[in-house]
Amino acid sequence: MTRLAYYPGCTLKTNARNFEASTLATAEALGMELVEPGRWNCCGTVHALAKDDVMHHLAPVRNLIRVEELSNSGAIDGKQVVTLCAMCYNTLKRSNQVFNQDSDKRKKIRDIMTKEDVQYSGGVEVIHYLEALRGLGWEKVAAHVKKPLKGLKVAPYYGCLLLRPRGTGIDDADHPTIMEDLLKALGAEPIGFAYSQKCCGSYHTVQMKEAVADLSHRILKQAEAAGADVLATACPLCEYNLGPRQDQVKKQYPGFDSIPVVYFTQLMALAFGLGSEATAFEANRPDPRPLLKERGLQE
Amino acid sequence: MSFNGSKLVLRVRPENRSFKERVMELSGENVDLCFQCGACSSGCPMTQEMDYLPSKVIRMAQLGLEEALESKTIWVCTTCFNCEVRCPRGIDIANVMEALRQMVLRKKYNRVSLDDLSPEELRELPQVAIVSNQRKLTA
Repeated sequence: MTRLAYYPGCTLKTNARNFEASTLATAEALGMELVEPGRWNCCGTVHALAKDDVMHHLAPVRNLIRVEELSNSGAIDGKQVVTLCAMCYNTLKRSNQVFNQDSDKRKKIRDIMTKEDVQYSGGVEVIHYLEALRGLGWEKVAAHVKKPLKGLKVAPYYGCLLLRPRGTGIDDADHPTIMEDLLKALGAEPIGFAYSQKCCGSYHTVQMKEAVADLSHRILKQAEAAGADVLATACPLCEYNLGPRQDQVKKQYPGFDSIPVVYFTQLMALAFGLGSEATAFEANRPDPRPLLKERGLQE
Repeated sequence: MSFNGSKLVLRVRPENRSFKERVMELSGENVDLCFQCGACSSGCPMTQEMDYLPSKVIRMAQLGLEEALESKTIWVCTTCFNCEVRCPRGIDIANVMEALRQMVLRKKYNRVSLDDLSPEELRELPQVAIVSNQRKLTA
């Protein structure tokens, strides 16, 4: 077992429990133990873009200190931390970049964080779970597939922060293939579509749900028109805006047919044959199980 | 704006200079690089909700027009960085939008309030949505 630090972030423990359950089970199947630091805190969800903003780097850096502590105590191998939520990935990774590239901010951050037991070295590497899988090799992932997702047409939805801004994304910002590669390894058929990288409306879902439903409708219709049965996502906010927000889409577009949206890890758990506790499809809205049953894929 | 021989000269009025400088300082972006190609606006997913297109907001920043702070556009931007990867001049437009928002928020302005949400909405919305919404749109 390779032991890696794992930063869950807030939503993985509530709305996105299905994302966490399927990730922990598939990582274990692949020989990775994900070790959660004991005292992690909110990452802040959005990166501090204003150039004079130091304060909002503290929360992400504090989490990186927790990872460093795990590493120092020998609880993990190496110094990587795996993230799942695209927003956590972005904030931790970008604050880490700022800390390492901006000596003035590094000094200020260190001067403020004097009460921590460990002074952050800058040496933690922030990765997304998809990158950990790519690092293992798609052949190795494919070797764990017990039930190939044959005939399942999956539209990978990247959204914004997995790929952007440049220099932070996990793959090419214009032509990403990482989710397609995974889906192929699982035996599914990846379906490319025009809006796979278009924003879902993000946090405007709180006060501007009509506008978000417009965006979701556009994305979902495009995926459907391209022939997809289901969309795969890697972010709990995208999942919410494309999944449960379909109730709002139906209000605005009466003829709209619902289409399931799942986390890529749930498809992995399904293909690995890890059982319903790992796939946790009961938490998804709309329910993907009727479709999977129809395709002979649901246990 | 005027033509000086073959050169197009962009003149910023003295009274607008300090606003422009503040935007450039807070965003870390050189807005003068923009030549108004419109790639940011064409790729922006939120334009239907905006009053000014993103490229127009950049023009306002170039001219130091403080009216940019009254634009709906700066609040509607989702910071998805579509404009950032598309800009042929290397301007991170999302940073400029953030600078403009910050200039308003730092005067203790709250664009949104959780009080407007029903208990059902608060229960149903994922935390990541609420936290990021408050981080982006409140003082």
